This record gives sequence, structure tokens and C-alpha cells, in this order.
Amino acid sequence: MNFLAPIGRVFLNFLAATGRLALFVWAAISGILRPPFYTKMLFKQLMELGYYSLPVVGMTALFTGAALALQTYNGFSRFSAESSIAIVVVLAITRELGPVMAGLMVAGRIGASYAAEIGTMRVTEQIDALETLSTDPYKYLVLPRLLAGITMLPVLVLIGDIIGVFGGYLVSVHDLGFSPAPYLKSTVQYLETKDVVSGLIKASVFGFIVTLMGCYHGFHSKGGAQGVGSATTHAVVSASILILLSNYILTSLLFGK
Amino acid sequence: MTAKIELRGVCKRFGRKIVLNGIDLTIEQGESFVVIGGSGTGKSVLIKCILGLLTPDAGSIKIDGKEVINLPRRERQEVMRKFGMLFQGGALFDSLPVWENITFALLQNKEITRAKARDLAVQKLKSVGLGADVANLSPAELSGGMQKRVALARAIAADPEIIFFDEPTTGLDPIMADVINELIVKCSKDLGATTLSITHDMASVRKIASKVAMLYNGKLIWQGNADKIDHSSNDFVDQFVHGRAEGPIAAGV
Repeated sequence: MNFLAPIGRVFLNFLAATGRLALFVWAAISGILRPPFYTKMLFKQLMELGYYSLPVVGMTALFTGAALALQTYNGFSRFSAESSIAIVVVLAITRELGPVMAGLMVAGRIGASYAAEIGTMRVTEQIDALETLSTDPYKYLVLPRLLAGITMLPVLVLIGDIIGVFGGYLVSVHDLGFSPAPYLKSTVQYLETKDVVSGLIKASVFGFIVTLMGCYHGFHSKGGAQGVGSATTHAVVSASILILLSNYILTSLLFGK
Repeated sequence: MTAKIELRGVCKRFGRKIVLNGIDLTIEQGESFVVIGGSGTGKSVLIKCILGLLTPDAGSIKIDGKEVINLPRRERQEVMRKFGMLFQGGALFDSLPVWENITFALLQNKEITRAKARDLAVQKLKSVGLGADVANLSPAELSGGMQKRVALARAIAADPEIIFFDEPTTGLDPIMADVINELIVKCSKDLGATTLSITHDMASVRKIASKVAMLYNGKLIWQGNADKIDHSSNDFVDQFVHGRAEGPIAAGV
């Protein structure tokens, strides 16, 4: 029966990791209502994650929307359905590509930097130093970052949605010969609130995943530069995979039968 | 009178490696206690257990007669207010300027306004022999010796009752090491603090210790007054104090 042992071990490791993550999150959020409040740290993280990610997310959205319009035109013209381009672009952007692309870009930008920064603090004993200075490192380092992820990624995605649709508009109007007014009209005509809101819910979950993975792997990094390097890798890879996985789960919850 | 710090049967293991194996230690109010031992003998683990950064597997640790193992986080933060700690690498927050580093605990717990904190930082910098111009620099702009001094200033900023020093002279040149040793003696005397230092630097031991203990193989194999260290009649201590390669302690472990 020895061949079952590795399966059991993997399963147990999975459960242990899930438990550790849950405890980590609890340690961070349990202090949310108890003073002192580190508002300065929160504001700094909101700026870092929200404002400074705008160029990256905006560029990604713009080119994604543009490529999407081209591809859709190319495919749909085979059965004379070019008029559907506008609605395809806006649905694909708001429901799927906006949140997923923004999530992945922020995973690379923010997840990596959190893991590297907190990981370096860990290996240089700065996190221990926080404890000796009567400061809860979970509350001081982790909580503001989690809150920034949960709140700012939806904002980024909303802006990204608009830019992405605009990217599709540019290509359609300047390249593919659509008239501006009808294109914009058919963009909004069939768009429902749910399309946008579901994308924002996804974004909030992705923001949580990215910041949690960055903080968690940084917090538990060991042994010098190499440890910080592998923490950074783990943070980005695990966040990316979890984003794609949870995207499917969320889609089926929000839109499934 | 209750001892300031009292350890009974403290054990800590990592996997199969037993690092601390039944440590008994009593530090009285006002003492300057130094634990010596080779690299990797668990000196840092000992300090981290007392600070609550690591949880011992067994035993009891009392601060002012109060058991501190497994204290809830908030109560432990209260206990931590009695402590100041000088970390081996300084552990200064590189995202903050020097003066905010020094007054970090006071600022974060809103016990002091920013303007007052700056004045206090300058005053503490002066007591470790640094000028006010250092206050606005970032820790990365400082030399190793200056970082140690700033870290010392941070450790004493909240006027702690107990100060821990983790290898205070490691990585410094002999003259700077002596400067730091003198600062440690001066600062702990000014505050009337109880101190616990860990080091393998004998010059440091002779300068700051009133009592010495030696950690070897997870146990404190010898304890005594600092002046007895040269006549300990313990082969392990003798070998360490005189830095000989030959003796009962095998090198390279």
C-alpha cells in the first residue's frame, strides 16, 4: 500500500498549508478594529498599489482591447457578424480580460515587491525588531497591504475596463472603418451592470490573492538573498496560478447554471 | 526579591536538532549578564525565546515573576515595553530615516508627537555619540559602526528596564568594538537597566559583564562572576576564554 503514502503526504501538506494561510490572514485582520491604526502605512500602500500601477494596467488594457477588436473582426467577418465587435470587446474586457490581466500584471509588480521587501525585512531581523518595539508586524506590514489589494484592484480594473474598450474603439474606428457613434452605441446597448460588477468582484478577490501571496511568502522567507529570491518567485507563481484558478471558480459561481 | 528574569528547564529543538536542552538561568535586577558560546550553540535562540520571538518546547520563563510563555499577543506587547533589543545586524528599518527609527515604538503607539520625537531622537543620538545631522539620514547611508550606534539609540529610546544585546561587537573593528562596549556600559548604567548580552568576543565580556555563563551543547555548563572567568577550573570555559583550537570543544561543529 506504499504507493498511497505520497498521495496522503501531498494531501496533508496541502491541508497544512491552507491552515497556515488561514491563521496568517486571521493574525492580520483580527487587529483591524483595535487601535493603533497605521493609517500612514495604509495610505502609502494604496498609492503604491493603486496609483503607481495605473500605467502598467492601462497599457495592458489598451493593447488587449486593440488586439481583441482586430481578432474579433478577423474571425467574425467570416460569417458577416462584424457588427458584434463592439459588444464582444466590452464583454470580454469587463468580464474576463480586465480583471485577469490586471491581476496578473499586479502580481508581477506588487506581489514580487511585497515578497522581496518583507522577505528582506525577515532575513535582516527587522520583523523581529518590530515585535521588540511593541508593534504587531501582522498589523503593521500585512494588514495595510491586504486592504490595499482588496480595495485598489477593483478601481484599477474599472479604469482598465474603460481604457480597454477605448483600445477596441480606436482600432475599430481608425483601422476597420466603423463609424464612431454606432460603435459606442452598440458598446453600451447590451452591456449590463452585472458584467462590470462581476469583474470588479473578481478584481477584489485577485487583489486579495496577490497581496496575500506576496506578504505570506515574504514573511516566511528564510536564509539570506537566496531565500528572498525564492520567496519572490513563489509569490508571483502561486498568485498567478491562484488567480487563474479562482477566475474559473468565480466565473462559474457568478455566471454558471 | 523576585529575579528580573528567571528561566527554568527551557528546551527548544528544530526538527531533530536539540538547540536548548534544559536551560536554568536567573538574572537579578541591575545585573549585567553575558552568555558566551561558540557560533551556532543557540545563543540567539535563547534570547529569542525570552523575547517571545520563538516559543520554547518546554520550561518556564518569568519576567518580574510573571510567566511569559504563550502569552496572548496583546499582553506580550505590554511585557515587551520593558525590553530594548540591539540586534546583531542592527535591524534598522531602511524605509524610515534615522530619527523615526529611534523613536519608532513611541511614535507608532502615539505616545509622543512627531516634533517631540525628533528632539528625543537627537538627544538619544547624542548619548550614543552621534550628532544631530545624522537624524535625517537613511540607515543605508550609515557605516557599520554608526548603524550599531543608531540601533543602540533605538534600543534605549523608550527607557527600557531590560536590554538585550545580540553580538554587539560582531563585524566592527577593535576600536569601534570598544566604543560600543563602553556605550553599552554607560547606557545601561544611566538607565539602571538589567542587561543580557550574548557574544563570543572576550574583550566585550571583560568590559561589560558582571556575571558570565557559558552555553555549550544546549546547556549552561558554567556560571559565575565575571572576575572568575580566568580561573573557572572548567576545561570548556578555559579553552573558549583563551581561544585554543585544542581542547574538549571540537572545532567546526
